[in-house]
Amino acid sequence: MEPGPAGAVGGTGTGSGALFLPLSDSEQQRYSELFARCCPPGAAAAPPEAAAGGSSVGELFRASQLPPDTLHQITEVCGAKRVGYFGPAQFYIALKLIAAAQSGFPVRIESIKNELPLPRFMALKNDSEIRYGNPAELHGVKFQVPHATLEKNSYKRTDEGDKQEHKSPPMSPICSPPASPSSYQRTSLSYGYGKSRNGLEQQHGASYEVRHSTHQQDGPSSGNYGAKSACACSTLNRSLSAEREPLDSSAHYADDPWRITEEQRDYYVNQFRSLQPDLNSFISGSVAKNFFTKSKLPIPELSHIWELSDVDCDGALTLAEFCAAFHLVVARKNGYQLPETLPETLLPDYLQAASLKPLHDCTLFDSYSESLPGNQQTRDFNRTEKTSAEEVPDNSALIQDAKKDDKQVLKTSIAIKPIPKEFQHLTVKTVAQESNALKARPRSRSYSSTSIEDAMRKGEEPPTPPPRPQKSHSRASSLDLNKIFQQNAQAMRSGWLPPPPPALPPRPSVTQTEQVSEVELHPQMNRPPSQTEENSSIKKEVVLAQPPSKPVRRKFRPETQALENPELSPTINVTSSLPAVKPHLPVQKQSSKQKRAIQTAIRKNKEANAVLARLNSELQQQLKKTYGKNKINPMLPFILGKLSH
Amino acid sequence: MAVCIAVIAKENYPLYIRSIPTENELKFHYTVHTSLDVVDEKISAMGKALVDQRELYLGLLYPTEDYKVYGYVTNSKVKFVMVVDSSNTALRDNEIRSMFRKLHNSYTDIMCNPFYNPGDRIHSRAFDNMVTSMMMQVC
Repeated sequence: MEPGPAGAVGGTGTGSGALFLPLSDSEQQRYSELFARCCPPGAAAAPPEAAAGGSSVGELFRASQLPPDTLHQITEVCGAKRVGYFGPAQFYIALKLIAAAQSGFPVRIESIKNELPLPRFMALKNDSEIRYGNPAELHGVKFQVPHATLEKNSYKRTDEGDKQEHKSPPMSPICSPPASPSSYQRTSLSYGYGKSRNGLEQQHGASYEVRHSTHQQDGPSSGNYGAKSACACSTLNRSLSAEREPLDSSAHYADDPWRITEEQRDYYVNQFRSLQPDLNSFISGSVAKNFFTKSKLPIPELSHIWELSDVDCDGALTLAEFCAAFHLVVARKNGYQLPETLPETLLPDYLQAASLKPLHDCTLFDSYSESLPGNQQTRDFNRTEKTSAEEVPDNSALIQDAKKDDKQVLKTSIAIKPIPKEFQHLTVKTVAQESNALKARPRSRSYSSTSIEDAMRKGEEPPTPPPRPQKSHSRASSLDLNKIFQQNAQAMRSGWLPPPPPALPPRPSVTQTEQVSEVELHPQMNRPPSQTEENSSIKKEVVLAQPPSKPVRRKFRPETQALENPELSPTINVTSSLPAVKPHLPVQKQSSKQKRAIQTAIRKNKEANAVLARLNSELQQQLKKTYGKNKINPMLPFILGKLSH
Repeated sequence: MAVCIAVIAKENYPLYIRSIPTENELKFHYTVHTSLDVVDEKISAMGKALVDQRELYLGLLYPTEDYKVYGYVTNSKVKFVMVVDSSNTALRDNEIRSMFRKLHNSYTDIMCNPFYNPGDRIHSRAFDNMVTSMMMQVC
């Protein structure tokens, strides 16, 4: 294979005439056209000796909408990799191979010997991009537009192609960045956001250049990508304005400028990390304010961006919210008008879901989700998780979160690329469940519902509160008791806040009932209710026994869900058997202790009551006495005043 | 459906005032301004000890021939004043209360925005949208 083109090319810079490749007239014409386009302008005069600019060739190839793997293969086969650049021969071979690939032939030298249609490239439309990129108010961006259009076009095509055609490769996004950086090399000097920016850009451009060449030779690897993002992070950490620079070209799709690409996403995540190391936690409002103020956007616009991105309106930004906000800032900086409402692709839910399946088709993800019943739960669970940090999720949620957080930290520390690979490997239900939960996890607990209107409100329902503590005698429990009393209509007022128990239960009766309770069996529990209710209403003991039974009822409740508490409580009083049935001895001991405690409390209450009643009556009498003398009282101060003189 | 909605700061200057576009919007501004006196009166009448128990919704402040003015005060002494058309008899007290609650919620959302300095005029689009939804539809 390889000797073929090598022989045909015969070294460097031979004209197309030296090619043994048969080219039809139309092909010849088209290829030379394309070659001329790809050549740097100055070299157009001598096409045979010139080498096409690697970046423009790359763009063109990507415009062919072939998967990057194929393109790499093509570049290999045509010999450009070996010689290190695209001479006309290599270029023509590559074009032929592209045509072959587009027709469905394998990328081999043999295939180009056939008659093939012309390779198809998506027309590079400069107009559509210019439409986006030229608002009058943007300073310093205009000059960027003509440069950026070509990149944007290539991006548009590549990213679209990538997203649509790729199911497996974690590599594909790596194709897109090198194109832009190489063009950055040309345009970096003309960027004028700031001096520091320029300096950084050049550095950045240099680093990109290195990677670009390696890209051609080695092919993309996640290592490169990781290094690139790390490099990006380190070099651009200093100023926000510079940070936005690598994202400019990648930020724009012709059809959806609000979609965050992988590169951007990684960038945002790194920036988030610089502000807040824990990816699942928030960035507070003031920190975010300082950060975004560096972008030098006017404050009202920043305010609007905040409004859009902080969907749960808690004054803090989660990772997804931060990414959305950052993306909006980037877009605004590049001339896009801010939308009135948050675009769908910037919704936190969308971003969260997207973060862990960077290149997977939705179908793939869905298929996994279908296969995992538990996944739904976790995802729903995550969705209903509370938006603000103040709200306390369930204990179980916390545990789950903790697990997920740990894993999440591990995951995000690596580039996102490995995750889809891992995702492919996961076939075990439980493991896959966890991974799916992880995918849902980057949304931290502050996640609101999907619709923006709901998200804008704060009226989300809090998660179910943790089950009530089984305290013996607490105010809460006595409030329950209050309900019982009201049902029985036997409440008596006392001086204490907790509802007053009516009367002291005589001890012996309680113990008797306790003993009775031990004997009775569980199933009888349900039968006595009706009878004992009546009995209880009659007997005074019932009422008296209510307080002691209260704690018992508490313990009982979690155990026997079938029981209806209101009904039970009166019955429990009388018999106090039902509760005792199940967890017999320990409950009884506790209940008896509680009963005693309650009884003493009741006694004290009564004593206090009596004392207060006496005091009250005395005071009333005094009041009556003094009331008679009321007429004199107003005069007292004057009298005293006069006396003092 | 309100005819005019105003948010007044603690120092009694307007943070946000918007009325339906009639020929004489100044009239509404004036009405709101005069109703501030009533608001102050209601606040001070409660006394210092009862600040906690003071209800946020103040109720009808000032009925005129054509309009009724309702008031609502937050705990930070930010006042919401709403002017409602008297001919609109369908508006019940509960509805007014719910409108004020929505206003208050939106106001809190604005406060959560770190770029908003308390005391600035309110320029939030979300708040505008919410107020628009509450204003009368002028055919």
